[in-house]
Amino acid sequence: MLTIDNLHAEIGGKAILKGLNLEVPAGEVHAIMGPNGAGKSTLANVLGGKPGYDVTSGSVQFKGEDLFELDPHERAATGLFLGFQYPVEIPGVSNVQFLREAANSQRKYRGEDPLSGGEFLKLAKEKAGLLKLDMEMLKRQVNVGFSGGEKKRAEMVQMGILDPSFAVLDETDSGLDIDALRVVGDGINAIMRKPDKGVLLITHYQRLLDVVKPDRVSILAGGRIVQTGGPELALKLEAEGYNAVMADA
Amino acid sequence: MRLWPMPDAATLSLPTRRDEAWRYADMDALARIGAPALDQWESISVLAGETWHHSMVVGSDTPELHRFRVTLGEGARAELFVTNAGQDFARVEVEVALGRGAHFEFGGVTIGGGNAVREFVTKTVHAEPEATSNQTVRSVHWGAGTGNFLGEIKVARDAQKTDAAQDFKALLLEAGASANAVPQLEIFADDVKCAHGATVGQLDEDARYYMAARGLSPDTAQHLLVQAFLGDAFVELEDETKREELLNAALKALEGASL
Repeated sequence: MLTIDNLHAEIGGKAILKGLNLEVPAGEVHAIMGPNGAGKSTLANVLGGKPGYDVTSGSVQFKGEDLFELDPHERAATGLFLGFQYPVEIPGVSNVQFLREAANSQRKYRGEDPLSGGEFLKLAKEKAGLLKLDMEMLKRQVNVGFSGGEKKRAEMVQMGILDPSFAVLDETDSGLDIDALRVVGDGINAIMRKPDKGVLLITHYQRLLDVVKPDRVSILAGGRIVQTGGPELALKLEAEGYNAVMADA
Repeated sequence: MRLWPMPDAATLSLPTRRDEAWRYADMDALARIGAPALDQWESISVLAGETWHHSMVVGSDTPELHRFRVTLGEGARAELFVTNAGQDFARVEVEVALGRGAHFEFGGVTIGGGNAVREFVTKTVHAEPEATSNQTVRSVHWGAGTGNFLGEIKVARDAQKTDAAQDFKALLLEAGASANAVPQLEIFADDVKCAHGATVGQLDEDARYYMAARGLSPDTAQHLLVQAFLGDAFVELEDETKREELLNAALKALEGASL
C-alpha cells in the first residue's frame, strides 16, 4: 500500500533521511520508533508534502501512485491522512466548517457527490462520540483553546470523518493522559484496523502500542530503518533502550 | 461649538501628500475626481439616544470618494460598516463628533489587487465625557494593491472616561502589495482609555499546510483563512443579512485574484 524506496530528504541543506526503505501493506499497523532527532517527524512531513522539505532522491509509491507527483491536498484526497504531532490552530474557522470543506474537497477530487449539511453533521456526531469528544467542541474554532489532549482527540475525529485508507500518525500519543490514550488508541483501531487500510504509527513509547497492537515495529535511527521486527521489538526497546537494542543488532 | 471648518477657497484645491490625511492617497485619481467634487460631505446628525446604522460596499472601477460627517448627541450611537473593494482609488472618510456617552462603531475591510489604493480615513472627536468608540479594519491585498487606515482620535480636555479603540490588521498575499496604518492620537483628558494596534502579515503557512493535509486545495484554504481574517471587521454588525452581504462582496473580490 505504501512503499518507501531509498528515500533521501533534507531541510535547509541538512540531510535528515538517508536512504530509508519501508513497506506497509494493506491491513498492517507498522510502528516506527526511534531516538530523538532520528528523522521520524521528517518522515511524516515528507509524506505529507510539507513545504521546506526537499526530497533529494528515492521514491514513495502510495496505492500505486507516485506520491511526490501529488500536491499535499491531492495526497489527502487519495486517502493519506497525516496526524499532526502539533495540530495547528486556525482562528476564525470552526471545526465543522473546516471538516465539511475538507471532506467535500476530497470527495470532489475523487469525483464523488458532496455530503449535505445533515449527512456531514450525522457523521461528525458519530465520530466525535467514538472519540468521546463533546460535539460542542466541533462547533468551536479549529484547535483554538483546546488542551493538548483535546487536540489529539480532535485529530482522530478528523481522521474518522475523512475516513482515509492510510494514516501516518506522528506522536499521536504525546500529551495524552492514560485514559485519553486508551480512547485515542481505541479510536485508531475502530477507524483504521481494516483489511484495506494501513497505519504508520510514529511513537516514542510502548504504551500506545499496548492499545494499538502493531504488526511490525521498525527502529528509525540516523535517517534510516536500522531494524524491523514484530511487536516484541517494541517491548525490548521499552525494557532496554535504543542504544542497547541497536548494539545487539 | 463649531467642530468643522467651513469650506473656503483652500478646500477647493486638490490636497497634497504633505497633508497627513492624504499621505497615501492616489493623487492622479483625485485629479480625476476633481477639486469641487472632493468637497462633498454627507452630514448625519444623530439625536440623543438614537442610533444611525449604515453599511455599504464600495467597489466600482472608477475613483470613489465617500465622506461622512456624523454628530452624535448624548447617548447616541453610530454604526458604519464598509467593504471597500474598489478596482480604482476608493476612499471612505468619516468625521465623528461624540456627545456625552455616545458610541461610534466602525468596521471596515479593504480588499483587492491591481494597483489601486483603498483607504479608510477616520477622525473621531471625543468632545464630551464618557463616550466610546471602536474601530476595526482588516485589509487583504495582492498584486500591487494597497490598503490604508488613517485613524485620528482626539480627546478633548473635558472628555474624561473616554474609551477609544482602534485595531488594524493587514494580510498581504503577495510581495508587491502594501498596507499603511497611521494611528494618530491627541489626548487632552487624563482619565481615558485609548487602545490601538496595527499588524501586517502574511497567510499562516502552517495553517495552509494543515488545511492541505486535510484535502483543501490552496484556493479553498486561502478563501477560508481570508474569510476568518475579515470576520473581525463585521463582528459588531448585528444584521446577519448585511454582514453576509459585506463579507461576500469582499470574498468575491478575492475570487477574482489569480494567485
